[in-house]
Amino acid sequence: MSEYIMEVNDLKTHFHTKTGVVKAVDGVNFKVKKGEILGIVGESGCGKSVTSQSIMRLVGSKSSEHVSGEVRYHGEDLLLKTEREMEKIRGKDISMVFQDPMTSLNPAYNVGTQIAEMPEIHEKKPKKAAWKRAVEMLTKVGIPSSEKRAHQYPHQYSGGMRQRGVIAMSLACDPDLIIADEPTTALDVTIQAQVLDLLRKLRDDTGTAIMMITHDLGVVAELCDRVAVMYAGKIVEEGTIEDIFDRPKHPYTKGLLNSVPRPGRRERLQPIEGQPPNLQNLPQGCRFQDRCPFVMDKCLAQQPELLPAESEQHTVACWLEEEGQPDGDRGTRKNRQPEEAL
Amino acid sequence: MISYIIKRLLISIPVLFGISILAFFLVRLVPGDTVTAMLGNNYTPERAEALRAKYGLDESVLTQYVLWLKNVLQGDFGYSHFTNTPVLQAILIRLPITIELAVLSVVIAVILAIPLGTISALKRNSKFDYGASFAGMLGISIPNFWLGTLMILFFSLYAGWFPSGGFVGLYESVWGNLRSMILPAIALGTAVGAVAMRMTRSSMLEVTNQDYIKMARAKGVSKRRMIMRHALKNALVPVVTVLGIQTGYLLGGSVVVEQIFGLPGVGQLSLQAITNRDYALLQGTILFIASAFVIINLIVDIIYGFLDPQIRY
Repeated sequence: MSEYIMEVNDLKTHFHTKTGVVKAVDGVNFKVKKGEILGIVGESGCGKSVTSQSIMRLVGSKSSEHVSGEVRYHGEDLLLKTEREMEKIRGKDISMVFQDPMTSLNPAYNVGTQIAEMPEIHEKKPKKAAWKRAVEMLTKVGIPSSEKRAHQYPHQYSGGMRQRGVIAMSLACDPDLIIADEPTTALDVTIQAQVLDLLRKLRDDTGTAIMMITHDLGVVAELCDRVAVMYAGKIVEEGTIEDIFDRPKHPYTKGLLNSVPRPGRRERLQPIEGQPPNLQNLPQGCRFQDRCPFVMDKCLAQQPELLPAESEQHTVACWLEEEGQPDGDRGTRKNRQPEEAL
Repeated sequence: MISYIIKRLLISIPVLFGISILAFFLVRLVPGDTVTAMLGNNYTPERAEALRAKYGLDESVLTQYVLWLKNVLQGDFGYSHFTNTPVLQAILIRLPITIELAVLSVVIAVILAIPLGTISALKRNSKFDYGASFAGMLGISIPNFWLGTLMILFFSLYAGWFPSGGFVGLYESVWGNLRSMILPAIALGTAVGAVAMRMTRSSMLEVTNQDYIKMARAKGVSKRRMIMRHALKNALVPVVTVLGIQTGYLLGGSVVVEQIFGLPGVGQLSLQAITNRDYALLQGTILFIASAFVIINLIVDIIYGFLDPQIRY
């Protein structure tokens, strides 16, 4: 039990709108081990970000937002916590890094003050000590002359530096888990690599687990230990990085891998045809049925469960597993090496 | 910062110069002049000519302007022939009253606008929000002279809480001074407050949707701290703009309100000057109000620098 710091069971986040119920997250299960980097991959709108914000209880406060299930953090269900209790957990035990560093820092305060706020509110540190911590954090994330930089405002930072600043902020109280919601999407490729390096190095140094939310398989291959693939509000496949990249089971995972260009290969890219289903009007049965090349009668009738395939850690929600795999080459051209997936 | 202020003051010189031209010539377009107003029923062409010659009004308008401007640049704003006092002295005696009225109005406006606007934004589409919006529309629509008259009727005549007019100096009695100023300040401040409240609401709504507010929540900041520290400072920039512009109007509005409440301020002085065709006095007051406008705008721009670190001088 204690191996996992977080267990998410049957998490559902539904938005009640005028036109109907949007099932953004619809029964998601996953676990995060201490010190691991878990990737959550999927297309835009598949519920990755809503999952992360539901865990942090950043959604669910309005009457139109319904979050159910369990989010067990060290055994305690975060969904049952009061707002006050959540405030103590947010930032201190679980912190977040958002997608756009250009907008996630407050333009009205200098960066040092914003980082120092964390130890000030969570550890009741006096201002001076908190500021010292802020400068240390900036040094740690590789910002040169951090003493001077701490006094500067976000608009005086470049995009990559801002994201470093945000990461410094998320680390300031030594959290168990960092939820990084597409932290590199808004950055240049060279800066992306630096930020990913930084995240991995920080994990190695501090033992903080990271939940990496991304649509970029390159990022996953670069950084993650385990991967969960999400599609239309559900996890369709989960496993170690080798499981997913070398032995993908779900047609959607295969499709994702086939639609990423790789250097050195001159094959034509195979996009996944069609669009994800409307989250307000989900089909009966498997959610990938409209786009799946192997669709069967059973797929239209019944939703597959996430079940172990090959090994205990490699789980997949697909009827093909039960029925036996189709010929390996019908879905994927060839299995690819994850190292090449950039 | 200081070089910026100096630069701004230098830029305002041509503005004030333009205003001096307008003030001088517009006043002279009004039918009748100081002399006719002074003589009244005793008017005879001979007497009028004699007085005009005495005051230099028989010179060409252009000569008069150049002469006036030369004196103004030397700090001599002329002499009110009607009241027999130097213009500068007349204005300086009344200026504190107008400034106090303006400051008090803005303070009342801010005290009302910022909390109400903020709560409205946070409880969007609630009963509170609708109530505040309705009150805001009323506040914007009601003319200050009507509001002032009604307040005199209810709070002075019926309830007897406040004097119905007149002015008590701050040095005579602080309490008396406040009592004589509070109703006019409310009458003037209501519209300003209403506009500022609407602005605070919309600006707050915009800011609370920003990523850095979500980030603040994810940091574990309490809701209260999120609003007071993270949102408000950003939301206030457009509110300060509106308050600055409104404060300018407030100086104009005070002409009417000062009249209603019998406050001997600059507004009342300029009204007297118009009735009496008191050229020198009117030119002086217009120039003063214009300068006040310029200074208020400068203050607003300086406040920006404190609210938004991206603005540097």
